[in-house]
Amino acid sequence: MELKREKTGIILAGLVIGVIAAVLVVLGNPLNMGFCIACFLRDTAGALGLHSAANVQYIRPEIIGLVLGSFLLATVRKEFGSKGGSAPVTRFVLGFFVMIGCLMFLGCPFRMILRLAGGDLNAVFGLVGFVCGILVGVFFLTRGYSLKRTYQLPALEGRILPVVQVVLLVLLIAAPAFIHFTEAGGGPGAQHAAIAVSLVAGLVVGALAQRTRLCMVGGIRDVVLFREWKLLAGFVAIFASALVCNLILTGATPNVYFKLGMAGQAVAHTDGLWNALGMLLVGFGCVLLGGCPLRQLVLAGEGNTDSAITVIGLVAGAAFAHNFGLASSGEGPTANGKIAVLIGIAVVAIIACCNTFGKKRGE
Amino acid sequence: MHTVDARGLSCPEPVILTRKAVTAGELPCQVLVDNPTARENVTRYAQHQGCQVSVTEENGTYTLTLTK
Repeated sequence: MELKREKTGIILAGLVIGVIAAVLVVLGNPLNMGFCIACFLRDTAGALGLHSAANVQYIRPEIIGLVLGSFLLATVRKEFGSKGGSAPVTRFVLGFFVMIGCLMFLGCPFRMILRLAGGDLNAVFGLVGFVCGILVGVFFLTRGYSLKRTYQLPALEGRILPVVQVVLLVLLIAAPAFIHFTEAGGGPGAQHAAIAVSLVAGLVVGALAQRTRLCMVGGIRDVVLFREWKLLAGFVAIFASALVCNLILTGATPNVYFKLGMAGQAVAHTDGLWNALGMLLVGFGCVLLGGCPLRQLVLAGEGNTDSAITVIGLVAGAAFAHNFGLASSGEGPTANGKIAVLIGIAVVAIIACCNTFGKKRGE
Repeated sequence: MHTVDARGLSCPEPVILTRKAVTAGELPCQVLVDNPTARENVTRYAQHQGCQVSVTEENGTYTLTLTK
């Protein structure tokens, strides 16, 4: 009975999140990018001057809302707790390379679903790679992979990332000269809904994700490991809801929100192999982290400082990707990006091996 | 009674450790976790396996007792 209630809850949450994602696009976000944790962290990194790609610089209120929505609900439900100490440097490195994979594909797992819901068939290659990455991660999990336990920390530790989000919100509203914003018409960074709308959307989705434990990686992982469909149901509900909204909006407005095919998709490229390999790195890395980038933001809001470190790793990866030409564009992947993804897969595999087989030798 | 100490472990390790105990036939057993997500996940898994689950909480640690 309890399980049925949980499943109904996550399906309803997924349906609401799909609608919110579609509406954000209508109100100004780039196509198929109502939400994208990777893209939005990258935009925020650019706004703070951590990279200088002028077309992707904006402090995304959705990210602020996601963390604060989770923080507020966790506090109200007495689930907030400062904890950490589970291999933070390893988590930083995993977060870094997960971002490299995301920026090869041009989206996080959340956006992968939204791209599919917009008819972007390039995301099918991403999904195949993502599932393969998760299967590789599950291989290590079932053989004892662990980053060891977390410990309780002083309350301030867990509150720092939520406070940083408030500071970012102040900087967004005050818009001082040292914050970089993409100029109108200058690229995806200039395409956004109004601040209040994006913030409220983030707050709602953050709270829903905290309540339902929604996780894009966990959905597939739990089906493979335990034949448990709850998290995947949320995933499917987001896809179904966003798809229906896109079809309705395409029919009811002069704009196109659903275009079936591979060529000419928004903020996407058509290189299937590298779309798949990028998301393989993401799936593999996220299983080792215990959750997708969305889940990391939500856990950080609940006071998990290991997830906060992971988020900082994601931001560092985004800055590095744009400073060193690793991120793909609509033109396709770059040579540097391909090398970085291969290095990323190797590094993540080494981390997996060391934390699975290494401990058997007492390391 | 066999005890699985899954406190502080991230998702899905508590469930994997519980599964190991259940498949090894180590029932009844106690599973210790320290966050609501792990409590929910372990409970759900155990119920799927036909186990009865009772939960007590003390100082942030949940003790789940699994019986068949």
